[in-house]
Amino acid sequence: MSQQEKTSSHVSFRDYKGKYKGLLAWILSTDHKRVGMLYLYSIITFFITGVCLGIAMKLELIAPGKTVMDPATYNAIFTLHGVIMIFLVVVPGLPAVFGNFMLPIMIGAKDVAFPKLNLLSWWVYIFGAIIALSSLFMAGGPPDTGWTFYAPYSFKTNTNMLPAVLGAFILGFSSILTGINFIVTIHRLRAPGMTWFKMPLFPWTLYGTSWIQILATPIVGITLLMIVGERLLNIGFFDPALGGDPILYQHLFWIYSHPAVYIMILPAMGAISEIIPTFANKSIFGYKAIVISTLAIAFVGYFVWGHHMFTSGMSGTALYTFSFLTFLVAIPSAIKVFNWVSTLHKASIQLETPFFWAASFLFVFMIGGLSGLALGALSVNVHLHDTAFVVAHFHFIVFGGVGFAFMGAIHYWFPKIWGRMYNARLATTGWIMFFIGFNTLYLPMFFLGISGMPRRYYDYVERFHGPNIVSTIGSWVLFIGLFVIIFNLIRSAKKGPIAPKNPWGGKTLEWTVDSPPTLENFEEIPVVEKGPYDYS
Amino acid sequence: MIEETTKNASTFVSQVDSTFVFIFGVSLFFLFAITIFMVYYIIRYRKSKNPVATQIEGNNTLEVIWTVIPTILVLIMFFYGWSGWKNQKEIPDDAMPIKAVARMWSFSFQYENGQITDTLIVPINQPINLDLIAQDVLHSMYIPAFRVKQDMVPGRQANIWFESEKEGEYEIFCAEYCGLRHSYMKSVVKVISQEAFEEWNKVDSTLLQSDNPEVAIRLAAKGIFRKYGCIACHTSDGSKLVGPSYKNILSRKRIVVTEDGNEVEVTPDLDYIKRSIYEPNAEVVKGYDKGLMISYKDQITDEEIDQLMLYFESISETETSNE
Repeated sequence: MSQQEKTSSHVSFRDYKGKYKGLLAWILSTDHKRVGMLYLYSIITFFITGVCLGIAMKLELIAPGKTVMDPATYNAIFTLHGVIMIFLVVVPGLPAVFGNFMLPIMIGAKDVAFPKLNLLSWWVYIFGAIIALSSLFMAGGPPDTGWTFYAPYSFKTNTNMLPAVLGAFILGFSSILTGINFIVTIHRLRAPGMTWFKMPLFPWTLYGTSWIQILATPIVGITLLMIVGERLLNIGFFDPALGGDPILYQHLFWIYSHPAVYIMILPAMGAISEIIPTFANKSIFGYKAIVISTLAIAFVGYFVWGHHMFTSGMSGTALYTFSFLTFLVAIPSAIKVFNWVSTLHKASIQLETPFFWAASFLFVFMIGGLSGLALGALSVNVHLHDTAFVVAHFHFIVFGGVGFAFMGAIHYWFPKIWGRMYNARLATTGWIMFFIGFNTLYLPMFFLGISGMPRRYYDYVERFHGPNIVSTIGSWVLFIGLFVIIFNLIRSAKKGPIAPKNPWGGKTLEWTVDSPPTLENFEEIPVVEKGPYDYS
Repeated sequence: MIEETTKNASTFVSQVDSTFVFIFGVSLFFLFAITIFMVYYIIRYRKSKNPVATQIEGNNTLEVIWTVIPTILVLIMFFYGWSGWKNQKEIPDDAMPIKAVARMWSFSFQYENGQITDTLIVPINQPINLDLIAQDVLHSMYIPAFRVKQDMVPGRQANIWFESEKEGEYEIFCAEYCGLRHSYMKSVVKVISQEAFEEWNKVDSTLLQSDNPEVAIRLAAKGIFRKYGCIACHTSDGSKLVGPSYKNILSRKRIVVTEDGNEVEVTPDLDYIKRSIYEPNAEVVKGYDKGLMISYKDQITDEEIDQLMLYFESISETETSNE
């Protein structure tokens, strides 16, 4: 391609000729960068599918009564939207794409510790995805239980919930394999001189995330197997008709799925911690405080699952313990925000698209996090639980937090991955539309929740009409913004101007290698003597 | 929340809302303060204005300050949230017990004197203790105006209580997803004066009498439909909901699918009606889903079945037609 002028020792990983040709050269490659790209393309495909389902839901909700679909379709669509977005997009999300691509380079390694295992985890991911989505093409149709599969409804429905559950079970293995791989890579393959506290923050967050992945994922695995056992063999774990306990299911489900939120958000925080110092041309404020708060979030995040169940009928002691711990987990997130903003003090800021994404990440993440405080307070939670308020809250965290960080990261590392620059004007236009659309879409849902509109509602009473119209219009603006962004990135990957090694003036190791990197990243393993954000 | 209409709707409103307003205020303050700082820095220290950054590694005093202040604030929030919730847990001894039953997709309410309704009718200034019973899957009793919500879990005992201070009608929603018609599973709580309530509670609507026998049959059937929530899934005008309509119920032959998957044609009669109520999944009319209806065998009385048959006979045409 464009890299011909370079000598043979500088062949980009994209042009490298291995044993296989064409598509096989990608899907059988153990190169961490190619695996990262495989994840990227699969995740983007699922993400666009999930977005289209979301747009369809919002369209149905633009008016009370039937608008474009019947309730059965609506229920299936919100279930699929949740399953696809959570299990196929956000949980693998940043670690699988940017973790795979950047982690080895950022710590000065040639690849992850177990390259074959890494490729296997992508294959397991695709296999799980196919199983999960196979229900679409089976008689009975896709599940209509919501992505939480709450018992006992999930045992009563006539739709195909088992394929989705089995798919999620298989996807868990992919997650665990990636986690093990990253932990070993970080422990064993750091470049000489890179002590723990000289490691960049993105690898740090991947480290925290990986531990959650390998410790929490087995629990959802067991839970999903118990569902299979109950549905196929009639063993009464969760269905009261068989002597089971539906609350047990909720506990097991959230023991995984709450830490999963931190699997999603920690790497997002890591990406933001890379983008901000680079564009501020300044070392990050309070490096150690950010590292410690990362580990604190990963740890305390295990013990707050009960806040998903404040109205389910747990004992009073359990309730206030979980409420208390939930408030505690807010503190390290606040510390991070303070440090990020302080980094901007006396900085020299390049106003580029990745920085706009990072700054707007701070804004939406604060709204998401602060609205979590209202949900953490017991008496207020009773009113707001299972309403549109909760939907708005977690979309601000998961779509606002993780989504904005992902967008920031893809623009930030775009020159490194594709070796070309994107069109900055189009990218910024896309960002503005996305940002406006996003807030128009989700802010009204806070008001809907406060005034009492329950979630997962196909139809609603007239007084909820106004905010729903605004919200639906927001979804269209967001969609157009997303289209502009994706169009720009695809076009620039092919036609953009050639990128230099270090277009933004970053200090971490990925900016010292070629754009795109060669097969083994480094000609010589670097020796690290300075901290990761040394701009002096 | 914070609307005029729900002010004092229940005794919990002021406490829940003030906690919310406190948290909301603190949140808004931090959101604006941090955003203003951020935007100011971005404008003040953009590259064209400030070409060289001053390197600052961090500041331990600041780290301590912004750890301690949020900690104190969230502990206050925790305390407010907890103390407000404690009131909701401590049910007063003089609370009037009412049984609230949820099933896909309707609520019904049973009073101490045996009266059953599909809307909740309560006297003002009287603590009410709702005994929550779910018959099939998870539901959640949610009265937004009262700020109360409690999941209804099959096989588990749960209660909520409230005391309304303002007459009026307030929405009840099911807040826990329960399947196809979840968003239609709603009811109303009517708060009326003590006197009006006593007057109303004297009459048992299931035993409504009328001199006109046709009207009497219809009223009795209506009471039964209400009591067991039948109309959440079955209509009387022929339109299709989750289950078949009652229209011409006895004069329409139908194809049913038995448990072993065979298709049989049946002409509805007393036995068929009984079977359909006692073992709803043994024979399911073709085109409808299995597993959605629970058995009413231990609930419905023989007398009620007879009343239903009289009603069905009265609404069915004499000629038998094929469906």
